[in-house]
Amino acid sequence: MGLKGRDLVSIKDLSKEEILSIIRASRKHIPVAEGKRTSNLLNGKLLALAFFEPSTRTRLSFETAMQRLGGKIITIADPSVSSVSKGETLSDTVRMLSGYADAIVIRHPNEGASRLASLVADKPVINAGDGAGQHPTQTLLDLATMDERFGTLSGLKVVLMGDLRYGRTVHSLAYALALFGAHLVLASPPSLRIPEHIRADLEQVGADLREEEDLRKAVHDADVLYVTRIQKERFGDLAEYSRVSSGYRLDPRLLNEVKPSFIVMHPLPRVAEIPSEVDTSTHAAYFRQAFLAVPVRMALLSLVLTGNPGPGGG
Amino acid sequence: MVRELKITPIKNGTVIDHVTSGLALEVLRIIGASNLDKESTVSVALHVRSRRMGWKDIVKVENMELSAQKINAIALLSPTATISIIRDFKVVEKRPVTLPDRFTGVLKCPNPNCITNKGEPVEPDFEVVRRRPLALRCLFCDRYVDDFLPHLNTR
Repeated sequence: MGLKGRDLVSIKDLSKEEILSIIRASRKHIPVAEGKRTSNLLNGKLLALAFFEPSTRTRLSFETAMQRLGGKIITIADPSVSSVSKGETLSDTVRMLSGYADAIVIRHPNEGASRLASLVADKPVINAGDGAGQHPTQTLLDLATMDERFGTLSGLKVVLMGDLRYGRTVHSLAYALALFGAHLVLASPPSLRIPEHIRADLEQVGADLREEEDLRKAVHDADVLYVTRIQKERFGDLAEYSRVSSGYRLDPRLLNEVKPSFIVMHPLPRVAEIPSEVDTSTHAAYFRQAFLAVPVRMALLSLVLTGNPGPGGG
Repeated sequence: MVRELKITPIKNGTVIDHVTSGLALEVLRIIGASNLDKESTVSVALHVRSRRMGWKDIVKVENMELSAQKINAIALLSPTATISIIRDFKVVEKRPVTLPDRFTGVLKCPNPNCITNKGEPVEPDFEVVRRRPLALRCLFCDRYVDDFLPHLNTR
């Protein structure tokens, strides 16, 4: 299949088959991710984590993935105490890391940073989020969560709710779901609708798209509700933020009207979009989703660093 | 009747003809005509009758042949333009500008948060995603651009 040595900057860098192979491989990593088995698959491998922007779960899940497989990490966790604060270019920092480590995971506040890193590094670069741009490993774990629950990714009806304008996870996810023939329902406040160019991209891969402002109607026969946080920092006016965000809160009563297999997902952190009483519902899948970040990243790192999908060989 | 020439011929240099009317000064900005040596003449004709286009602009620059990058920038601005290379008063080459599939170093990315606007040693790079009307996409941040004039790289 050949993911060894490859960059992962955008979900578009992967074919449908490659996406499926990572998801399938991730299942075999679950016992190791849970600590029930051990693995030394990445023994002797060194991963550089270059985080130029704060992140909790993405950084920790990459660290966990590497350590569970016996690999080691080096980290730029706080750019304010590194040479970046002395004005070093990203290109130079990445070239240096590329000399030290076997692969580089990068999170950066500027869109396109990861593409630039992949051009200057001679080691594989994995994008862990660049500004409002791409976050392909989030998409992989989102897909893995749906695949685990439904046994397929084909033809799912997925409602994307919240900030579809700036939410970086949603754009990559919508694109990948379109590849798998999902039916996408977009439920967002008018000011946070999906940008035209993203819509054009989706239509180009044959996406089945529909807009629906009424969440009740949207979830009625859906398989997945994917909720994103409406970011306060996108609003100049706090009153406007309150008005918009209060309308996009999941009403737990809605769950009485959904299909039994229906799941609620969220890339986390959540604020008030999903009230905590939903957490104990059988429909809540967001903590499982957060856990699957580890085996999915284990599978990806195994494939990129060794070409071996993981336990069970291949 | 002798046809009156509104712009005199040049011995050596480049004639950029069939420029969309009103854009000649932008073409000058692209070719950086202010950097020419003191012996060279630059002539600009604005709003000239054209059989093909109705109205057009013409730019003639003495002693200068344009780089591919500058021709690409002109193509972006005025897809109807033609470029003639003049040597010893003769047109040695005349061709319309063509739109390449990729524009490297021609435009600045309109996304202020794009890494290409952050002082990195990298040329902005765009690919054509639609030809009519023309739209480009930044190969770094994915931003779409269909309004080129404010973002032309004229350094």
